[in-house]
Amino acid sequence: MVKYCQSCQTGRAFMIRPKTGNLICQPCFFQAFEEEIHYTIVSCNMFKRGEKVAIAASGGKDSTVLAHIMTYLNHKYDYGLKLYLLSIDEGIQGYRDDSLETVKQNQETYQLELKILSYKELFNWSMDEIVKQIGLNNNCTYCGVFRRQALDRGAQLLNVDKIVTGHNADDMAETFLMNILRGDVFRLPKSTQIITGDEDNEILTIPRSKPFKYTYEKEIVMYAHYKKLIYFSTECTYSPNAYRGHVRELIKNLESIRPSAIIDIIHSAEQLALPNNVKLPQKQLCTKCNFISSNKICKACTLLESLNQGRAKLQLEYQ
Amino acid sequence: MKIIIDLGGGLDVCFNGQKGFNIEINEGARMSDLVLHLKTICNPKKIEFFVQQDQLRPGILVLINDVDWELEEKEQYQLSNNDRVSFISTLHGG
Repeated sequence: MVKYCQSCQTGRAFMIRPKTGNLICQPCFFQAFEEEIHYTIVSCNMFKRGEKVAIAASGGKDSTVLAHIMTYLNHKYDYGLKLYLLSIDEGIQGYRDDSLETVKQNQETYQLELKILSYKELFNWSMDEIVKQIGLNNNCTYCGVFRRQALDRGAQLLNVDKIVTGHNADDMAETFLMNILRGDVFRLPKSTQIITGDEDNEILTIPRSKPFKYTYEKEIVMYAHYKKLIYFSTECTYSPNAYRGHVRELIKNLESIRPSAIIDIIHSAEQLALPNNVKLPQKQLCTKCNFISSNKICKACTLLESLNQGRAKLQLEYQ
Repeated sequence: MKIIIDLGGGLDVCFNGQKGFNIEINEGARMSDLVLHLKTICNPKKIEFFVQQDQLRPGILVLINDVDWELEEKEQYQLSNNDRVSFISTLHGG
């Protein structure tokens, strides 16, 4: 039995949109998907004409669709942006080395300048080496902290004005729930902001934004599938031990019962406000590496110090 | 009857690297029967990527003849000969 699109009434419906519960046909879906992201970008003044923007690209589904959409909208609506691809190689054998091939393909397809930075060249530690040293607990913490700094450094080298990442609605809802579960009050207000790092303070950081903040992961995958976009899809070798996995499972189960739950969580998160008397950590520059930090020594340097001490200890033992 | 299976989003690791193959299943089988059948031929080490108990893992999209199974009766949908069923996992890095 053929069901018809609730938007145009004529097209054959191929999907139910999780956000709205509406039946939709392919052309209407592509249009809705693209227009909603355009609206998200424009309504929060995400970019200014002439800006250089680095697209954080991993070769995965979100960043591939992000590269596609940014190129498409930049052209269609004449945003006037110069786009770049910025990729970070954490040094995970069998995972990152394969996905970087996909990024190179993206570079060809969208004709964008590509910069690849590796943890090894920046910090002298690859993720595989880090896991060998510290084991399978907490590796995501190291990776996340290093990646943030690596992206900042890459963006500085490219001399761009903004960074965009492919974080989608599911990711945002997961992050928010994770912060609630861990009682991380300081991270709560920022965890669902669409643009971060553009506060008016003396310490300049390159702002990051998330055009997919309100875009469902399911729709990103459907869009990529039907538009035949090529992306790399393997779980990170170390991800089965990640804390986020528990929250992701909860979100997926919630979604199957009530698909609007994901966007509802984000809307609730946006309403959350901290009382006035809560003192948030002040941003300063790390005394070691001069990058933005909440403390005298930034988290990356702190982690690096403990890694290097461990390595030095091992070297002494071998002597 | 013959069912054509497509795997996306990295699910081929559950089936020895095969991204597409055909299976034979009895007439009148429903999607839930198909999932159970696939569970039996899935690599035992990777089974939790595909099913949770006897249900498809949440986060795996299902298309029947290129249409989202939510438009049909999902697990209750009765398969026909030569139906193309695609399983696309969304559970990986972006």
